[in-house]
Amino acid sequence: MLFSLIESSRSALASIIAHGLRSFLTTLGIVIGVASVIAVISVTQGMSSFIGDTFASLGSNSLTIQSYTPFEDQMKGIRARLTPEDMELIERRAEGIASITPVLFANRASQIKFGSQTAFSRIMGTTYAFQDVSQSYMSLGRFIAQSDNLTRRRVVIIGDKVRENLNMPDNPVNEYVDIGGEWFKIVGLMEAKGEIMGQSQDDIVLMPYNTMRSLQGNQARTDIQIQLSLSESAVLENVTAQLTTLLRNAHDLDSDEDDDFQIQTAEQLMETFDTVINMVTIVIGGIVSISLLVGGIGIMNIMLVSVTERTREIGICKAIGAKRHHILMQFLIEALLLSLLGGLIGLAIGYGLGTLISSSIPSFPPASIPLWSVALALGFSGFVGVLFGILPAAKAANLDPIDALRYE
Amino acid sequence: MALIELNGVTKYYEMGDQVVKALDGIDIDVEKNDYLAFIGSSGSGKSTMLNILGCLDKPSSGQYHLNGKNVESLDANELSEIRNLEIGFIFQSFNLLPRATALGNVMQPLVYRGIGHRKRKEMAMESLERVGLGDRVDHLPNQLSGGQRQRVAIARALVTHPSILLADEPTGNLDSQTTIEIMQLFDELHAEGHTLIVVTHEDEIAQHCHRVVEMKDGRVFNDSTTSSAAVTS
Ligand SMILES: Nc1ncnc2c1ncn2[C@@H]1O[C@H](COP(=O)(O)OP(=O)(O)OP(=O)(O)O)[C@@H](O)[C@H]1O
Ligand SMILES: [Mg+2]
Repeated sequence: MLFSLIESSRSALASIIAHGLRSFLTTLGIVIGVASVIAVISVTQGMSSFIGDTFASLGSNSLTIQSYTPFEDQMKGIRARLTPEDMELIERRAEGIASITPVLFANRASQIKFGSQTAFSRIMGTTYAFQDVSQSYMSLGRFIAQSDNLTRRRVVIIGDKVRENLNMPDNPVNEYVDIGGEWFKIVGLMEAKGEIMGQSQDDIVLMPYNTMRSLQGNQARTDIQIQLSLSESAVLENVTAQLTTLLRNAHDLDSDEDDDFQIQTAEQLMETFDTVINMVTIVIGGIVSISLLVGGIGIMNIMLVSVTERTREIGICKAIGAKRHHILMQFLIEALLLSLLGGLIGLAIGYGLGTLISSSIPSFPPASIPLWSVALALGFSGFVGVLFGILPAAKAANLDPIDALRYE
Repeated sequence: MALIELNGVTKYYEMGDQVVKALDGIDIDVEKNDYLAFIGSSGSGKSTMLNILGCLDKPSSGQYHLNGKNVESLDANELSEIRNLEIGFIFQSFNLLPRATALGNVMQPLVYRGIGHRKRKEMAMESLERVGLGDRVDHLPNQLSGGQRQRVAIARALVTHPSILLADEPTGNLDSQTTIEIMQLFDELHAEGHTLIVVTHEDEIAQHCHRVVEMKDGRVFNDSTTSSAAVTS
């Protein structure tokens, strides 16, 4: 049995090579199917393992509350806001909160200068509690202290990306930077966190919350973000429900009005990413099964043609002693080899494509093909080959020797 | 018990409302180590006869016993096995595999016996040399002359050392010199104990054989054991 397998593979390979172009065109459906699945898997896998890593470091028991204005209201010029009073209210009334901090973003992407270097960065005003909420660690210097906030001290903490962009020395602590025409002293450098979806987590400048407010002229109409972390025993759902009730009351919302704020957890964010990735995978999976189906039909078609073409040959083989399984095996293996070949070519193209995609988008995670996807792709194309090869092979094996010999 | 026993064998082809009686009631026995020639005009049913003897075709009616076994009761795989092990068939139209070399063609029957590649090649080379084609083994059939193709076909039939050799016009494309060589080869095989059945148009070859069966319109017209039977060449 093994022996006739080797013999059949030998002649199947010979016949595939003899019809080189035709064989290639036949496998094109499989090639495209496998290439697209591998390309997508390599990109999404690289992405999701990366996202998983980043979110794990983000602290999964933290919440972000921000104002939310529906699009129709935005068009009418209405803007929902989250105020410092809202935060005070939560601080006073909500239970199960370990740390809470306001985050006030600079009105626009602000320029930072160091010597002759200029860079743009995300500038946020926040309090000492931010360190706990966001799980940030300092690599040099200190974080924002409570006294910094009370005295509106002109100090900043910078991310490593900012240091890099400004060509600062490895230790930037005690250097001064110019933000919006004011001088700030750098008191700390944060530990690098990496990127999420191509956005650096280290391109960030933190200053005391009150310093930021005074910088913005202490406007009454500030819109802040509130970040908080839950205490060990707190249940996420309960806290969220409590916060919702508090804020709805504070904002005088009727029961038929929608929330004018959003409460997000890091986990939710991660779930959203996962959902998107799963959706993409399912859609691509559908496309791939169709193209594999088409590829399979292509193989069946060419195998049927091949059986007809070689009817006389089959007759000759039977006349000199080929049994049913010899002929069956030969055509089945030919179909299998064709589709496996297509699978292999597809694998190579898909990997190339995936690498190309992830490397052409800056700061995109590198493509990775897990072994299971290679096995899946080859297994699937092999399955398609056998499935669609059976009919032509059986047709060949069942030919009557004398009829086949007489076939012109 | 004769090696081959045909009883009332017919082969009819229905062409529209007309019935062609290619074989029309054949009763014939062939003994082991017989050396038999079928002669007769074109269309008299010689090739049809050989196809049935070679287990390629089945009679429309009548019985064919080979080695005491009723061929009708055998399934496709068993017939394949008989063709592979017992019978060497030289076709009127050669029937070589077009994409295989001379060597490949001769090796092919051995594939179905499960013989390894090295041994197969050895046996095929031996067989090709026996028909004088040792220097053309890597040629494809379409790179060979008619006579060379015929010799490849003969080599293929011989390579399995079949007990029965069926040859349909084996010298039809050969010059007189090669014809003599091939007939000498057949004589040797006969002397070795093989059973030979040859279809031919040529009187010289028929005379070579020990028994001549003349066919006409699908019937045995004349069945004679020739004088040369006594004098083994
Ligand atoms: N497949 C077929 N369908 C219909 N008729 C056939 C078929 N095969 C053979 N015949 C007819 O059977 C008869 C015998 O044919 P066969 O080939 O046996 O002749 P032959 O004696 O070998 O002739 P030749 O010497 O020309 O080779 C012929 O009349 C032929 O037309
Ligand atoms: Mg004939």
